[in-house]
Amino acid sequence: MRLSLAQVEHVAQLAQLGLTAEEKELFREQLSSILEYAERLQELDTSQIPPTATVLPLENVMRDDRVQPSLPLDDVLANAPAVEDQCFRVPVVLEGEG
Amino acid sequence: MSDLTGLTIRQAQDLLERGEVSSVELTQSVLDRIVALDNEIRAYLTLTPESALEQAAEADARRTGGARPSALLGIPVAIKDLICVEGVPNTCGSRILENYVPPFSATAVEKLRQAGAVILGKTNTDEFAMGSSTENSAFFPTRNPWDLSRVPGGSSGGSAAAVAAGMAFGALGSDTGGSVRQPASYCGVVGIKPTYGRISRWGLVAFASSLDQIGCFARTASDAALLLETIAGYDPRDSTSVEAPVPEYGVSLTGEVRGLRIGVPREYLLEGMQPEVESAVRTSLETLASLGAEIVEVSLPHTEYALPVYYLIAPAEASANLARYDGLRYGLSSPGTDLWDSYRQTRGQGFGPEVKRRIMLGTYALSTGYYDAYYLKASQVRTLIRRDFDRALEQCDVLVAPTAPTTAFKLGEKLDDPLQMYLQDIFTLALSLAGLGGLSVPCGFDAEGLPIGLQIMGGAFDEATILQVAHAYQEVTDWHTRRPGLKAVAG
Repeated sequence: MRLSLAQVEHVAQLAQLGLTAEEKELFREQLSSILEYAERLQELDTSQIPPTATVLPLENVMRDDRVQPSLPLDDVLANAPAVEDQCFRVPVVLEGEG
Repeated sequence: MSDLTGLTIRQAQDLLERGEVSSVELTQSVLDRIVALDNEIRAYLTLTPESALEQAAEADARRTGGARPSALLGIPVAIKDLICVEGVPNTCGSRILENYVPPFSATAVEKLRQAGAVILGKTNTDEFAMGSSTENSAFFPTRNPWDLSRVPGGSSGGSAAAVAAGMAFGALGSDTGGSVRQPASYCGVVGIKPTYGRISRWGLVAFASSLDQIGCFARTASDAALLLETIAGYDPRDSTSVEAPVPEYGVSLTGEVRGLRIGVPREYLLEGMQPEVESAVRTSLETLASLGAEIVEVSLPHTEYALPVYYLIAPAEASANLARYDGLRYGLSSPGTDLWDSYRQTRGQGFGPEVKRRIMLGTYALSTGYYDAYYLKASQVRTLIRRDFDRALEQCDVLVAPTAPTTAFKLGEKLDDPLQMYLQDIFTLALSLAGLGGLSVPCGFDAEGLPIGLQIMGGAFDEATILQVAHAYQEVTDWHTRRPGLKAVAG
């Protein structure tokens, strides 16, 4: 399983991860060998085996829709890089609008 | 008292109860030791001495106030920097959270504080708990108190090293694939990762949500039981915490293992593992047999697949969890030419190499065209691994095996080869995938004087039996009473 540079760049784009040229080359090598190692899973016949996503017999947790105390707004916004009018300030998402 | 920092939690609690020492004195002695040692060991990322001494004074006041004290009242402990403490930086060992100060405490931390434990500070970790040596911390590596040229293990290496060096009486860590048990083994302390769901993960920064679980470090199983009992239990804020009663673990610490069946999985004693590790584990089994336990051989036939399963599932979950670091609400923000460029700049600059590697691996395993072959396949093999444990635990009460295939390795030794690093977790991954509880207890030393860990694994929510076996073992062995020779450093 050898990854191409184009595959590495595609995955980096999916993950919104800025990588340098050196990182792309390094990850191409390293991910290839890790995936090659993972190939051994194909030895097992799992056609009749259900996947495990969680080890617990979890069910949806429901509660009454009641107002509860929450963190003070100033505390929540204290870690934000940019704040305006008690909101998170973010870059323009849709060009040419607003 | 000559050396308060060498005491166990129970010994320290006795002195506190008898009024022979105050929590302020106890806390000050630990802080002094941190000042003397931590320039070399570097277990702590953030130290909070003033609030620690305030908390200690409060604990002393509570005690003289006559309230029936909890077993942790006035006991100084450390918290892995992946678990939020209100008002104290929580970096996760990452540049991307370097300036993040959480406005709330994790449930586990709240419970420690309610019990009167004193929080000393935040301990070093591999970035977002991704690593086996604490070398992936964006800030600095932690060193092993037994040999400063070696790693403490990881990812909870700071917590393990702090407890081993007498720089905390106990500590919290987190374990996704072995990150409590493996550093406990390398540092010669007890580390317990309970069953998934036993401890609320509210306030634990997410790495791989189907695997992450908070765990505890201490010098003895008896102390670890106190920590676990304090922080375990259902929490409405974590829908994966389980509404099962939390036993009084102390009741199980009888010193008896007579009649217990101890399974030894044959896949865990491999050709080519460090011979001293194998012989220490075999000797420990003889010790347990001499106490009346019955030793039976069992098989966990899919053990060899745990590593590839883990290194597909955990990165896949991580790639989703770490999508939240977008530079908008908290954390590092590197403005780019537009929104998308800002994401890429922020994440490219904020994450270190191992985190990027795993996000890439996980994104690939989940991507169109590869999902079935990698993520789905790994999730199916995970079912086979769970069934292995179910079958084995039908034949015995606990399983016993090495915690890690070797003792602590040298700093830098495995940094260039991720696969070699991942292999350090080979004996801890399968249990995490099965969601069960496990503990590492010191069981010997190699020729270099480095600690060896014995792993005790149990059935779902049966931490009581794990602790029972570990405690009985520690009653008749003295490995845990040895201290690293740090005097030269301490001066």
